[in-house]
Amino acid sequence: MRILINGASRDIRAADLSGALEELGYAGAVVATAINGEFVPAAHRQTARLAEGDRIEVLAPMQGG
Amino acid sequence: MLRLYDVDLTSRLLLGTARYSSPAILTEAVQASGAQVVTASLRRESGGERAGQAFWSLIRGLGVRVLPNTAGCHSVKEAVTTAHMGREIFATPWVKLEVIGEDETLQPDVFGLLEAARILCREGFEVFPYTTEDLIVAERLLEAGCRVLMPWGSPIGSGRGLNNLFGLEALRTRFPGVPMVIDAGIGAPSHAVQALELGYDAVLINTAVSQAREPAAMAGAFAQAVIAGRAAYEAGLMEPRDLAKPSTPVVGRAFLS
Repeated sequence: MRILINGASRDIRAADLSGALEELGYAGAVVATAINGEFVPAAHRQTARLAEGDRIEVLAPMQGG
Repeated sequence: MLRLYDVDLTSRLLLGTARYSSPAILTEAVQASGAQVVTASLRRESGGERAGQAFWSLIRGLGVRVLPNTAGCHSVKEAVTTAHMGREIFATPWVKLEVIGEDETLQPDVFGLLEAARILCREGFEVFPYTTEDLIVAERLLEAGCRVLMPWGSPIGSGRGLNNLFGLEALRTRFPGVPMVIDAGIGAPSHAVQALELGYDAVLINTAVSQAREPAAMAGAFAQAVIAGRAAYEAGLMEPRDLAKPSTPVVGRAFLS
């Protein structure tokens, strides 16, 4: 299905957020996630089902002031 | 000793981690500053580059406490969601809450800030609100549950120091027991001294250090500045006068004319 990951359109096979992260190269990474603007805690990623057109945000620590 | 949300700190300098020319220079600057708290942010991570992972292991290696920010958030919802994401990643209830109202000055949207602070305090966050020197906003933030305030000195990254000295003095005087950190606009160690002399508890510096020709040396200069400013505040500053007053005693002066 087609989803938006950090603003970029991607075709993925996974049906849940956990699988999508694995598929997109985030395995083992320290990241926080949101679907369509709603925070999805790490513990809920396996049960977070994805739908066509979902907007996924994957954030990581970055320099900040 | 500085206490922020039940955490005792010996350094009154908090350091931002943005805009350093390399990770090595950032590391040197943090070490030279003696800061025990650094700010960090959250940004989109690429599954290929995974740049955030390297930054995170660098920060963890420094052994300092992280104050996650909500920089760049313009709405309450964005700020609250970012705070949740930061709490999970950084494993801390601390959040430097920024709700930006206007892009030219990056002035806080104090209405959105207050709304977000109410939500986050209720949820158990320990909120460090980036605010203005407005007394009523400060009062409302404290009522919302904030136990630290972070008023701006001047716009973020402007380096203009304490823009509204009268307003900042009034804020400090109005809420004597509340820890307050000047959060933005400090451009030189002299500004940091001034903030501490006024009774502000600490300063948060980023651009003035990261954009210095020698960031580590500037971090060291700021470390000394906050020590001097605090010592002066505790020693008690003299009252300024309009006219001269001889410091050398007049009594016993020779008559030589």
